[in-house]
Amino acid sequence: MAGSNKQTATILSKHERDDIDMWIARFPEDRSQSALLAALRAVMHEDHYISTEKMDAVAEYMDLPKIAVYEVASFYSMYELDEKAAAKNSISVCTNVSCMLNGSDEIVDHIEERLGIKMGESTPDGEFFFKIEEECLAACCGAPMMQLNHVYHENLTKEKVDALLESARKNGTLHKKETS
Amino acid sequence: MSKTNKNAEDNLVTISINDIEHKAKAGSMLIQVADAADIHIPRFCYHNKLTVAANCRMCLVEVEKAPKPLPACATPVMDGMKVWTKSEKALTAQKDTMEFLLINHPLDCPICDQGGECELQDLSMAFGGDSSSFQEIKRVVVDKDIGELVSTEMTRCIQCTRCVRFGEEISGMRELGATGRGDRMEIGTYVEKSLDSELSGNIIDICPVGALTAKPSRYQSRSWEMLQSEGIGSHDSVGSNVRLHTFKNKLVRVIAGDNDSINECWISDRDRFSYQGVYAKDRVKSPMIKKNGIWKEVDWSEALETAATMLQEVNPDSVGVLASPRATVEEQYLLQKLMRGIGVNNIDHRLRQIDFHDQENTDLFPNLGMSIADIENADAVMLIGSNVRKEQPMINHRIRKAALNGAKVYTLNPRELSFNYDVTEQIIASPSEMVTQLTLITKASFTLSKKKIPAGLKDLFKSVRANKSAKAFAENLMNAKNPCVFIGSIAEQLPAYSTLRVLAHVLATNTGANFGFVGGAANTSGAWIAGLVPHRKEAGQAVNEIGKNASEMLNHPKKIYFLLDVELEADADNPQQALAALNQADSVIAVTPYANKKMLSNADVILPSAAYSETSGTFVNIEGTWQSFKAASKSYENARPAWKILRVLGNHLDVKGFDYVSSRDVRDELKELCDKAEDTPKFETTGLFAEHDSVNVKSLQRIGEVGEYVCDSLVRRAKALQDSQPDHQAVQLNTDEIKKLGLAKALSADEQKVQVKQGGVMVEMPLVVNEMIPDGCALLMAGTKSSGLLGSAFGEIVITL
Ligand code: SF4
Ligand code: FES
Ligand code: FES
Repeated sequence: MAGSNKQTATILSKHERDDIDMWIARFPEDRSQSALLAALRAVMHEDHYISTEKMDAVAEYMDLPKIAVYEVASFYSMYELDEKAAAKNSISVCTNVSCMLNGSDEIVDHIEERLGIKMGESTPDGEFFFKIEEECLAACCGAPMMQLNHVYHENLTKEKVDALLESARKNGTLHKKETS
Repeated sequence: MSKTNKNAEDNLVTISINDIEHKAKAGSMLIQVADAADIHIPRFCYHNKLTVAANCRMCLVEVEKAPKPLPACATPVMDGMKVWTKSEKALTAQKDTMEFLLINHPLDCPICDQGGECELQDLSMAFGGDSSSFQEIKRVVVDKDIGELVSTEMTRCIQCTRCVRFGEEISGMRELGATGRGDRMEIGTYVEKSLDSELSGNIIDICPVGALTAKPSRYQSRSWEMLQSEGIGSHDSVGSNVRLHTFKNKLVRVIAGDNDSINECWISDRDRFSYQGVYAKDRVKSPMIKKNGIWKEVDWSEALETAATMLQEVNPDSVGVLASPRATVEEQYLLQKLMRGIGVNNIDHRLRQIDFHDQENTDLFPNLGMSIADIENADAVMLIGSNVRKEQPMINHRIRKAALNGAKVYTLNPRELSFNYDVTEQIIASPSEMVTQLTLITKASFTLSKKKIPAGLKDLFKSVRANKSAKAFAENLMNAKNPCVFIGSIAEQLPAYSTLRVLAHVLATNTGANFGFVGGAANTSGAWIAGLVPHRKEAGQAVNEIGKNASEMLNHPKKIYFLLDVELEADADNPQQALAALNQADSVIAVTPYANKKMLSNADVILPSAAYSETSGTFVNIEGTWQSFKAASKSYENARPAWKILRVLGNHLDVKGFDYVSSRDVRDELKELCDKAEDTPKFETTGLFAEHDSVNVKSLQRIGEVGEYVCDSLVRRAKALQDSQPDHQAVQLNTDEIKKLGLAKALSADEQKVQVKQGGVMVEMPLVVNEMIPDGCALLMAGTKSSGLLGSAFGEIVITL
């Protein structure tokens, strides 16, 4: 038992563990499972994706069955489970009804052309990940829209997209933005 | 909260289903009331032993005043409720649900093992349309390999989550889950992984579609071609009800039967998949005699005559009879009647036991002391020397239910074990220290109860010094309302079994706990009742002359051995000693379904017997329930049911009273003797404490408990089960002990092998690190191939590089 705890400690960073502890403390003792969303978010911030190894470590740290962590991590679109998705910036263009009617397909084509990748891929320089088929993000009145990292951008045009991608490239990583 | 619930439960309400009035418990779900009234409501996700998920929507029914149809599985009944299960509204809803469920279903029934017994197939016959509005491409789910026992075809899954809930609620291991979302949701393990639970096969039975089917029987036959017979599980002492499926007279599949007071609707993987061993390669086709070292097939009369002559020619004192505790009551009773009829008293079935001091003081048979179902109501359970989860999975299931209800569970074992519920405390004591630990606790219980210490115990009590943790332990038992003290198979194998048993009994009496035995094979109880012990005849009646017990028979070799379905290299405590005894014997007569190499080299007459599915008979379980069963198929080739072999052998030997026509006659005779027997023996503890065999172990002590899948001749031949447990053939030590013994080097090598020496024999076997083994001990399971060359299961061993 002790051996595996040591392992968990090295797999999860101190920052991740502190974050998880902080969230666990906010829930009643027998409801600590509720902190799982936050725990996975902590890992996302650190690695930009969640590896199976980290999920297992979270499961052990929080004393949950591994599958309970896999279920949650694979359910929410804000978690990426594929290492390929671990780019500095994550782009999610809504392709649901309202956005589609307002031209999201063209936005998607434009981004694919600009970055030279298809939806679901990352740029070779690790700068951008283009998420596949994002569902309605509840900003239909500003369609077409996209989410760049954690920020909503609405009423998109090709020019607006170009400017956004450019500034993202300059401003560096998601992580920096989050903490600043 | 619980109080109001209780009051509500007593309240009956009146509801009407399809315009007929029914009384129902308030708070129960509509589907339960309908089921009780035999009104069928279609369902997929609902299962009466699992929590309600209400996710399939197949059970929609019309309820008065409700705007939309309601799911019957999740709608509590209310007084005056009016329900229609077959109205137009209900039927439309059910039909529409069916259409949705079939959107992504592959409809590959012709190549699906579930075909013909599929709930989806049945309900689509009743509610399905002949065309679908869904014209798009169906999804496909990639299968994962989840081990040797369960085969997956997840494209067929309808996400009812029965299997997921089973893992969480019944087997206590969440291994399957629903990953992904929406139309991409999949049921699976996410990562490739074998299911680990000893109950995993039950998900095959509860999966309503063909997503989870039995791997070993895959594509063997169609369900409508099979014949079903009721049977009894033969690998533990619970007597789970099973259903045996035969195809062209061959046993091809086993599924769970229902018996709420025994196994509910679950069975262990061992009872489900052991059938594969029935047709093992070394199954014996015809009677055989060995002449000048050469085996020759002969007819039955010649074989029986030869056996009879052998038995007649020697002094009965030099005959040893060893029989399996898995044999039926009928076989056991006839065997002892036959042997005692010719003057043989050396009769035993306790092949793994080495301490027999207290045999006179045993009840009619070692028993649970309560009903299996009652274990659920315990609020404190103490397990002594028992890996109950692996040995008696259905008893463990009841203990788990108790634990989930708040019962505290304590264990005293030679190694740490993994349980599928919270165990309050596990005391780990090397086999030789178990008596000390139990003495401590028992002593503490007397300090607390202030009752008089039984005579003879005083010396033992003096030998230990009270400590706090023992006191806390005893206190917990005393404070419980329904405490149970159980002693198990590991304890039974120990050199100090009788002392442990007496202490456990005294502890139970003193703390007001139920005392019970939770070990044994399918018919250990029957063996005692039938008189298959050297010191008692049938129904616990006294013998004129006490014969030798199993250990004595092998320790002081006999001239003739008569074996009933036993393979001593795996079934006896000390294989080395047992094989040597057979080796030196003049003749060995074996009634057995199988003959492996060892059997062929040691035996002289082989009388092939039917396998468990090929004979009628009776097993008596650990709570004392007699369960009879019929043969599911004909005997293999020229093999015969053992009771018939014994009956004819009785005739050959001119023993009186051997003219039974059916196995029922035999059972009825024994039953009658039992009913007539006036004073059957009761557990007595007086005068036992002094006789305590202590073992002095200088170096390394072996923990030789019997592996889950090696406990008897049938399961040892069940391929899928064997393939799912590779570690059984290894020796396991903790890291410190490995270092101490200088074996660390073996771990870094490609093949991690070490030399294990016991009783002068050296065996090479893999080394596995297991931190749950205490210092000074090595886990080396009994019953395996390599342990068949070694000595006593809990003896001393030496391990070198
Ligand atoms: S695999 Fe079977 S039991 Fe499990 S969710 Fe799918 S249909 Fe239900
Ligand atoms: S459809 Fe794009 S935000 Fe709702
Ligand atoms: S059985 Fe009621 S919703 Fe599934």
